[in-house]
Amino acid sequence: MNKPLNKMAVQATINGEPTAFLCSPGQVLADVLRDELELIGTKIGCNTGDCGACSVLVNDRLVCACLVLAAEVEGQAVQTIEGVAEGGVLHPVQHKLLEHAGLQCGICTPGVVIAAKALIEHNPNPTEEQARYWLAGNLCRCTGYDKIIRAVLDAAQQMREDAAV
Amino acid sequence: MNAYQEFSIIGSRPIRPDGLDKVTGRARYGADLNMQGQIYGYIVRSPHAHAIIQSIDCSQALAMEGVLAVMTGEDLPVPGDSVLGSGEGAIALKDLSPMVMSQGKVLFHAQAVAAVAATSPELAAEAAALIAVSYQVLPAVTNMHEALGADAPILHADRFPDGFPEEPTNLAAHISLEVGEPDAAFERADVVIEQTYSVPMCHQGYIEPHACVARVDAAGRVDLWCSTQGHFTVAQYTAALTGIDVGKVKVTASEIGGGFGGKTTVYLEPVAVVLAQKSGRPVKMVMDRGDVFRVTGPAPGAQTRVKLGAMKDGQLVAADVECVMDSGAYNGNPAGIPAFMATACYKLTNARSTGRAVYTNKPKIHAYRAPSVPQVTLGFELAMTELAAELGMDPLAFRLKNAVEEGDVNMMGAPYKRIGLRECLEVASTHAHYKAPVAEGEGRGVAAGYWINAGLQSSATLNVLSDGHLSILTGSPDIGGSRASMALMAAEVLGIPFEHIHPQIAATDAVGHCDVTGGSRTTLATGQAVIQAAEQCVAEMCRRAAAEWEVEAVVVTWSQGAAHYGEQSLTFEALARRAGTMGGPLTFSSSLTASSAAPSFGVHICDAKVDKETGRTTITRYTVIQDAGKAIHPAYVEGQMQGGAAQGIGWALNEEYLYDEHGALQNPGFLDYRIPVASDLPFIDTVIVEVPNPLHPFGVKGVGEVPIVPPMPAVAEAVYRSAGVRLRDLPLNPPKIVAALQEQ
Repeated sequence: MNKPLNKMAVQATINGEPTAFLCSPGQVLADVLRDELELIGTKIGCNTGDCGACSVLVNDRLVCACLVLAAEVEGQAVQTIEGVAEGGVLHPVQHKLLEHAGLQCGICTPGVVIAAKALIEHNPNPTEEQARYWLAGNLCRCTGYDKIIRAVLDAAQQMREDAAV
Repeated sequence: MNAYQEFSIIGSRPIRPDGLDKVTGRARYGADLNMQGQIYGYIVRSPHAHAIIQSIDCSQALAMEGVLAVMTGEDLPVPGDSVLGSGEGAIALKDLSPMVMSQGKVLFHAQAVAAVAATSPELAAEAAALIAVSYQVLPAVTNMHEALGADAPILHADRFPDGFPEEPTNLAAHISLEVGEPDAAFERADVVIEQTYSVPMCHQGYIEPHACVARVDAAGRVDLWCSTQGHFTVAQYTAALTGIDVGKVKVTASEIGGGFGGKTTVYLEPVAVVLAQKSGRPVKMVMDRGDVFRVTGPAPGAQTRVKLGAMKDGQLVAADVECVMDSGAYNGNPAGIPAFMATACYKLTNARSTGRAVYTNKPKIHAYRAPSVPQVTLGFELAMTELAAELGMDPLAFRLKNAVEEGDVNMMGAPYKRIGLRECLEVASTHAHYKAPVAEGEGRGVAAGYWINAGLQSSATLNVLSDGHLSILTGSPDIGGSRASMALMAAEVLGIPFEHIHPQIAATDAVGHCDVTGGSRTTLATGQAVIQAAEQCVAEMCRRAAAEWEVEAVVVTWSQGAAHYGEQSLTFEALARRAGTMGGPLTFSSSLTASSAAPSFGVHICDAKVDKETGRTTITRYTVIQDAGKAIHPAYVEGQMQGGAAQGIGWALNEEYLYDEHGALQNPGFLDYRIPVASDLPFIDTVIVEVPNPLHPFGVKGVGEVPIVPPMPAVAEAVYRSAGVRLRDLPLNPPKIVAALQEQ
């Protein structure tokens, strides 16, 4: 574990739970989530904000956790992949990714789930083009994105139908 | 004739068994495991692309509080002339060891020269900066054509490829093959074309960086966790590189975040083991993304000269292919494959094929999806298209006229069994995409592709659980859904529900040997081991039912998950529940060296539109047609086809290693090494053609690699048709297209 001498105490809401953690001033959120809070679903592919594998929501805003200082989330609400399925029930995006085989190796999947969920919350009826541009920050080397985009559009449709009922 | 002709569950699309863990973030990848008391390793890398290491002083680093171990190349055995593995998988230790840690000399920028382990990653990095290395810098060469020049710096003064014993050069290998009489055939040909094509060095681009954690106990036993395409290979390589007995090395494969061939070797693992040995603490290592680009992977850049001769009626009569491949600093064996496989799609009785590999001051190249074939295929297939145009023939009709079929012989000498190239070409010719008119301003390209596919060694163990569920253990890391195909194949043979089957990837001490998940072999070969073990299970269950009914076992039949004789039946679940009193636990293992591998063929159709002002190319429509033999889980077969196509499109349009004059990589990150993103691609249509593999019980052919083979020539032709300028040197990035348009 990372044990620098100079630590700050931070309080934040993480996946709905009030959480306190210690971090060094230069430590990024991705490292704190993974190393201090054992939320290993947030993946690190590049550490430079280029791959999107560490996508999380901070106050419902989609960010790369490798570009946010952990100390910045003081008093904020953070949602990670571990907080997406509610009470063991998968979010439609998660379910549709499985149904469409929208993952192969799965390393980009947590980030894709977070980003796609944010897209649909922001725009419940995205076009294919809107979905592709929204997810352009989430690199996937396995799938060619075909089944990911289909899954996201299908999830959005299902959520619209569920909301209409 | 395939043992299984009709299927009940094969070909369906159930949710993969490991899916839930992967969409909820629970799955553990290479960097996701911590061992109690672990410390952190950090590698010191060379700032020079070519230098003699004069001295390494670790004393200051070692004196730092919190630093528990250092290592250099002196801590590894001298490789000598030992060779690991055999056949196609053989690798000389002297080509492997320096990729882990250099000894005496560095041959590429960022090559490992020392390592340190400390109680935090930050401390390890600080300590690494205190390791003083003194270098005698030598001139470096990163361009393979310059490396063959008379005044080029020589990388290996002690290496001479077969048949070239006079002077040391940077030629790593030279392979020349000839069938028939190509020169005479060219003289006879009505039309001859000759062109030169090139492809840049690129990276596999997996999203998960290399990562591992290693522990060595007081008895010298190694417990290693890492992200790999083959943990048995990691055990073998790590043992050989560190001098530890392989019997003392246990490797557990984490989930793997992509590999594409790039994770079939070791980089960090032996370093972590040595540091753990020296410090007495577990050592974790995670590679920085920049270093992933700088020191791992790359696929060789290549230049291919292709000369083709044909008769007016479209019959191909002669081919001469000469491919020069960049091997990087050590021998990555890139030359043989293009020499043997360049002409594999076509009936050619007169052909010459040459492959040469060249040493340059860059990391040793490593396998990338159908290694070396996309490079040579860019040349061969684009030349085929150019020749079709010269003959005034439709490019697919020209290919169909010359396509190989059962009984034809390629440069490798063995006749093809039942293959599916003609079927793929026929499907492509009549596909709605090909029938549709090309849109205004767009261009269309087509290309075919071949990949040999591997068999190799696999093992599987099936444990029938007491409630009639089944656990499957294999040693093949699941890189793209292979747990689902293992469960489907077992379900097909046993007739039990897919949901009752639990496939797992077992550690090296828990299951029989499995070679790497590579060569498009896992569903074919490990699947075959699963099928065989499941057949043993059926036989034993029938035997037990027969004993119960007091009849001969041969009269008992198995169907729908139960043994039957007359009116009587005993289900899989009943036999599982009563196992203890009917003969004991039901456990079945099968191991094999698969001889069932069969080649794959695919045909791609690409429409593209070039913006003539900016030079940007948009892929507007793309269709992949591929023979899968028998698709076990069609969604994951389509996924391979789409993913391979996307990688090929990226290589065609953007991906390229750029080196500066000192031999340092200029674009070691995803911002500057741009792989395709979601907005770069259209939906990629797929057609799975099924021409069953007669050698495999289910008819399976490998599917993973061949889809990266046709994209580059298909895209290049589509770009030419849209932009009106012929470019034969990839990537076809905007500056290159704009420059070509201006020149025109």
